[in-house]
Amino acid sequence: MTPNEEVFKFKVEVIFKKGVLDPQGEAIKQSININNLGNILDVKQGKLFELTASSKNREQAIKEVERICADLLTNSVIEEFKYYEVSE
Amino acid sequence: MIWHKETTLPKVDLLVLPGGFSYGDYLRCGAIAAKSPIMKAVKNFYEIGGFIIGICNGFQILTETKILPGALIPNTNQKFICKDQDLIVANNKTFFTSNFEHNKTISIPIAHHDGQYFLNGPEIEELEQNEGIILKYRDNPNGSIKDIAGVCSKNKRVIGMMPHPERAVDKELGSISGLRMFESVISNF
Repeated sequence: MTPNEEVFKFKVEVIFKKGVLDPQGEAIKQSININNLGNILDVKQGKLFELTASSKNREQAIKEVERICADLLTNSVIEEFKYYEVSE
Repeated sequence: MIWHKETTLPKVDLLVLPGGFSYGDYLRCGAIAAKSPIMKAVKNFYEIGGFIIGICNGFQILTETKILPGALIPNTNQKFICKDQDLIVANNKTFFTSNFEHNKTISIPIAHHDGQYFLNGPEIEELEQNEGIILKYRDNPNGSIKDIAGVCSKNKRVIGMMPHPERAVDKELGSISGLRMFESVISNF
């Protein structure tokens, strides 16, 4: 981190696109129902990433986060993402 | 043998990305390996028409680099499946399958947890139209769409498959279907 940079924190959520079978979500749903924990119609299991960026400004940090999401954190064939900035 | 941290390829006729595991399958299988330094050179090799075979994790890496279409996701039964697997040769016009008759059933072992091939709507149709599906499972073990076990690139020079042909090269191993594949390569060069 250089003196001109600020720290920005983001959370990134990644989840399978509609139509992609999520066997882990399915197994969790079955467990919920078998154990009478609730009446759950569907479960999707995804991933949560916390990114701490050091950038000269927010715009730059967002640009980098978007690139990281598209290039590495997700495979666009099967997954979609959303990200948001968090204070801590 | 070319190390993943290298950045250039020696002069080669064929590249093989073998199976196994890379980076613990973290993030997605093959995703981090797809960003290894050597992969830029592999992409260039593909772009100039080089011949490439990706087996199992090698197939996953080739889809993650977008050299091959689709993605490999966890098997529907959430289990690691390791067994001999009957396959149907869906395209025998590639350098890796030309020793087989069209629609012939062959036996090659599979050993994977993330072998479910996925590709959606128009792209799967395009793959079919381009004769990009080269191997299909008989009794689909992992939920792959259209029973797909192996695909090739549009130019037919890049092959990706989940089964392990290198484990079916001797009668003692139960099958020599894999040997026939490597013999196809030799007869096409």
